[in-house]
Amino acid sequence: MDISTIILTAGVIGGIAAICASALAVAAHCFAVEENPKIGELEKRLPGINCGACGYAGCSDYAKAIVTEDEAIDRCAPGGSDVLEALGEATGAAVDAFEKTVALVHCAGDVDNARHRHSYNGIMDCHAAHQLAGGDMTCSYGCLGYGSCAHVCPVDAIEIKNNLAIVHPDLCIGCKACVTSCPRNIISMVPASQKIHVLCSSKDKGPIAKKACKVACIGCRICAKLDESAFSMDGFLAKRNYSNQVSNPAVIEKCPGKCIVAVGVDNTQADQKGEPSCA
Amino acid sequence: MRVTRALRKLRGSIHPQYFKGLTSDCPITEMPIPQKLYLSMSQHLGAPAKPIVAKGDVVTRGQCIAEATGYISVPIHAPVCGKIVDIDSAATPAGTMAPRVVLETDPDNTESTTMSPLSDWQDRPQEELITRISEAGVAGMGGAGFPTHVKLSPPSDKPIDTIIINGAECEPYLTADHRLMIEHSKGIADGIRMMCYILNVKSVFVAIEENKPEAIQAMQDALANAEKIDATVCILPTEYPQGAEKQQIAVTTGREVPSGGLPMDVGCVVENVGTVLAIAEAIEKGIPLTQRVTTVTGHIVKSPQNVLAPLGTTYADLVSFCGGLTAEAAKVISGGPMMGMAQPNLDVATTKTTSGLVLLEQSRVHIYRALPCIGCGRCLEACPMNLVPAAISYAVEGGDYDRAESLNILDCIECGCCAFVCPSSRPLVQHFKLAKPKIILKSRQAADAKGAK
Repeated sequence: MDISTIILTAGVIGGIAAICASALAVAAHCFAVEENPKIGELEKRLPGINCGACGYAGCSDYAKAIVTEDEAIDRCAPGGSDVLEALGEATGAAVDAFEKTVALVHCAGDVDNARHRHSYNGIMDCHAAHQLAGGDMTCSYGCLGYGSCAHVCPVDAIEIKNNLAIVHPDLCIGCKACVTSCPRNIISMVPASQKIHVLCSSKDKGPIAKKACKVACIGCRICAKLDESAFSMDGFLAKRNYSNQVSNPAVIEKCPGKCIVAVGVDNTQADQKGEPSCA
Repeated sequence: MRVTRALRKLRGSIHPQYFKGLTSDCPITEMPIPQKLYLSMSQHLGAPAKPIVAKGDVVTRGQCIAEATGYISVPIHAPVCGKIVDIDSAATPAGTMAPRVVLETDPDNTESTTMSPLSDWQDRPQEELITRISEAGVAGMGGAGFPTHVKLSPPSDKPIDTIIINGAECEPYLTADHRLMIEHSKGIADGIRMMCYILNVKSVFVAIEENKPEAIQAMQDALANAEKIDATVCILPTEYPQGAEKQQIAVTTGREVPSGGLPMDVGCVVENVGTVLAIAEAIEKGIPLTQRVTTVTGHIVKSPQNVLAPLGTTYADLVSFCGGLTAEAAKVISGGPMMGMAQPNLDVATTKTTSGLVLLEQSRVHIYRALPCIGCGRCLEACPMNLVPAAISYAVEGGDYDRAESLNILDCIECGCCAFVCPSSRPLVQHFKLAKPKIILKSRQAADAKGAK
């Protein structure tokens, strides 16, 4: 091949590149969209995983909302106190103490504990199972175990073990995606500092709840009597009051339904099933 | 009175095994009143009825025990005399939870409260008859349970020129409508005349599939000397899902209901034969809708038959009336096997829409493992609504409901033809049933949010 052909080709390609580059440079200068530089600065401080926990489409959208709509800076759950402080530093807003929250499935009815009233052969999706006569479990409140929550978890913090969803609190980033995915509405966010929980959502009367599941709240009120500040009754179901710590750990022993459980301490909920903690 | 054939072949259809011979020759038998009736408050489409009786109340036959809670809702009446022993909440055959009234029956007491018969209905205003139909709690008895008075009062900008009486009964196993047309053809013909009067329409099609020759003959005889109306018995080929209203309109009149539209958009009203009979009873005799014919069938039922049972009869009572089972039932389906819902147990009770109870033994229940789509396109050919089930199913599986919506998932009539023909045993219609309520809810929320702003 002639050397001049190579030079000519390189020249033409280089020429086109030069023309395009200068056109782009002119366009970038003339059509530049003015953006508040603060938005970019805040976006850099956010985790960038676009989980949606803040209620916005992603980190960039949230950063924009903080600048343009005066949105609160404490909405980034996965970021924790580090991001909160970083955002406070950048915006000059007051920073409160950050309370980390994690998801918790308020049910302990796995395949050994909860009774099933019929077999389900449909799609492996909790919504589909729930649609068919309210699910295949005798208890109409408990976890169905088909993993709709595990499916939406961005960090795989939810494990389905023996037909029960278990959230690993140390992996949970608090994005709340699982909370809205549950057709039974039994997943809620709890403070990570709280370790003792009521793992039952059955509002049925004691005998009915007990018949449906071995680890059901029977509404006996023992926990509310032992520790008034941390437990209260909602009909036939014990509720944890998360603004107070449990002062009397004897409630775990005394609960006849065995549905008050310490989760995530040295014996995590997962550990109880013989599973090593994921920490 | 004319007899015609279907104008055209149904687009996309299947031919399942019908098994109608099990019960098609069994006359309708009235069942003795069971000890307890469990009356769900959600027997129809729309808002559930609200109980107006309290625990301990004594009610008589035909007394209204629950009132309608809106325009698209109907009241519920006591099928027999008895005492209300409980008001609780339970799953309906459709699988949703709804309030329920438990009635302990008193079979010896034959007292009844009926509304005054309107035998001179031809001289009364149409509005009065529509009010009567609504007060009698008449809802579509074909399966969906749409309140009949709503269908009979179309808005003034949607003129109705054709009534179609649906006697296709294309679901396998079911023969309730078939027997109803043979044994109550006169009542149905009366009901047809009343509907024509209410809607001020002359043209009526009675659509019956050709596998029911006795029913075709009976309806021809009943309509032979019908005056003032232009009745046509339309003989359809035997195809599923020809009983779906949009498909039925297409094969009898050639009209196509637009996407997202209703039969009234093309000037049609479609009513099931059972509903037409209920209209006649409500107007001519003043009897509210408190009983219906249910086909109790399956190869393991000792004597499968068409049972006339009061609403709220448990499936267990129906099965024991039919002599019990010869083998353990592996699957119990309320409705037909194509569109019916599997039931968790036999404690569920009949409603206004329970057209059949199909009990299947283990050897007839196949549990398939879903395999990936092989792109064969059979579901496209089978879909009577011209949808692309394979693509919609993938969108639903991946959680992309916006894409499913853009592929017109909301036009799906849930007939199940796609899943029936799929060689990869994919749960196609099951995916659509899962996604449709979510999409409807989402669009309703979006509309509410828009309204709030």
